[in-house]
Amino acid sequence: MASTYYTEDHEWIRVDGGVATVGITDYAQEQLGDLVFVELPEIGRTLAKGDTAVVVESVKAASDVYAPVDGEIVEVNSALSSNPALVNSAATGDGWLWKMKLADAGQLSGLLDEAGYKALVG
Amino acid sequence: MPGDLKHLPLEDSHVVASARFGAFAGWHMPITYPAGVMKEHLHTRERAGLFDISHMKLIEVDGLQAAAFLDRACPLDAGALAAGQSKYTFLLAEDAGILDDLIVTRLGDTRFMVVANAGNADADIAHLGTIAKDFDVAVKPLDRVFLALQGPDAWAVLSRAGIETGALTFMTGMEPKPGWFMTRSGYTGEDGFEIGLPAADARELVKKLLEDDRVMWIGLAARDSLRLEAGLCLHGQDITPETDPASAGLMWAIPKPVRAAGGFVGAGALADIVARGPSNKRVGLKADGRLPVRGGTALTDEAGNPAGRITSGGFGPSAGHPVAMGYVPVTLAAPGTRLYADVRGTRVPLDVHPLPFTPHRYRKG
Repeated sequence: MASTYYTEDHEWIRVDGGVATVGITDYAQEQLGDLVFVELPEIGRTLAKGDTAVVVESVKAASDVYAPVDGEIVEVNSALSSNPALVNSAATGDGWLWKMKLADAGQLSGLLDEAGYKALVG
Repeated sequence: MPGDLKHLPLEDSHVVASARFGAFAGWHMPITYPAGVMKEHLHTRERAGLFDISHMKLIEVDGLQAAAFLDRACPLDAGALAAGQSKYTFLLAEDAGILDDLIVTRLGDTRFMVVANAGNADADIAHLGTIAKDFDVAVKPLDRVFLALQGPDAWAVLSRAGIETGALTFMTGMEPKPGWFMTRSGYTGEDGFEIGLPAADARELVKKLLEDDRVMWIGLAARDSLRLEAGLCLHGQDITPETDPASAGLMWAIPKPVRAAGGFVGAGALADIVARGPSNKRVGLKADGRLPVRGGTALTDEAGNPAGRITSGGFGPSAGHPVAMGYVPVTLAAPGTRLYADVRGTRVPLDVHPLPFTPHRYRKG
């Protein structure tokens, strides 16, 4: 069964069998505005928590999306190369950014749950 | 210092419209509305966008020597303007650096209206005040709400709202009512109008305009992408006290006889720059692919030598690709010249591109 976590940087992390799917929250996509480019990481890259994994470019500015936990990139959402607006229209669904194999599942306990995240964004 | 930001007189209207606010030039400004920058931008090109630009300053110049005063302050022949005629011009420093860009409109024999940028308004007023000491003229900053209605439907919308624009064509203006100032101009590349008016009148006008299906509020984010596609300079980025009208490619705004007479502040320095030729030139730049290249990014040539920098860059919703402006050495300024920018380690190719990226659609009469 998948469980979903959140970060204070407005990412969501859906974990299923040791693999985490990561995206930005609906609140985050609203704050960023219309995205025109998503710079995806290379598959196989190893990230430490806090490393920049993805850069999203809106009409106006570029913003970093950080790795919420340690792990290795196993898949990226290549649909975003031609349609970055998927992040705006379906931030928590088809607009996911990357999947990573968790290096340490214990790190998940440091993340927010849905109630904690809702309290954060009001 | 968010607490020190100035607030628009109609801020409550933008709150009601669910604007997202941000700081710009010392003002708390609507950046986007719920439609988002992309839709706001495209709506302006297709219908009519309403902008609250009350952060910009209207300054009335009034007095027997008003024209002579403006000819000293700006590279301008103010006396040659017909009543109602507007002109794009500058305030220059003694070294010909651009202190601000302005629109000056002749209202009468001895009265003119100056429209100044928000971030420079206080400095402009002080600068004008100093020059005014030598002339029989009064420099009067006005408190007005300032609205822009831009887009192909702007004229029809105003007409339906009961605002008669009469014979106004691009870059002409008039005073339709006491306290009002209206020009057919704007900063989007589209046909449109700018209207300065008292706050109470503005509330009434905004209400009427928003009742029209063709009108929506447009925030500063789309104002920026619209002006960038139109190849128009933003003071503070594309033109600054460190750039001059010759490098910026804006000498068309300075009539030849005005250059020759040399009576304006900065004339000597500008003549020197023109005589030896500027070393850099402002150009449009189009990136390959979809990755936007932002202001401040350094440029290199094919061999990796420094080749200037981007001053404004982003995505052009109407152009459908990234758009940018910047300064490059004059030897690399020809359209089609290939340059490169480093964006987070990726070498992004850009071509020098003619400006504007989207054709101007002004109503020239």
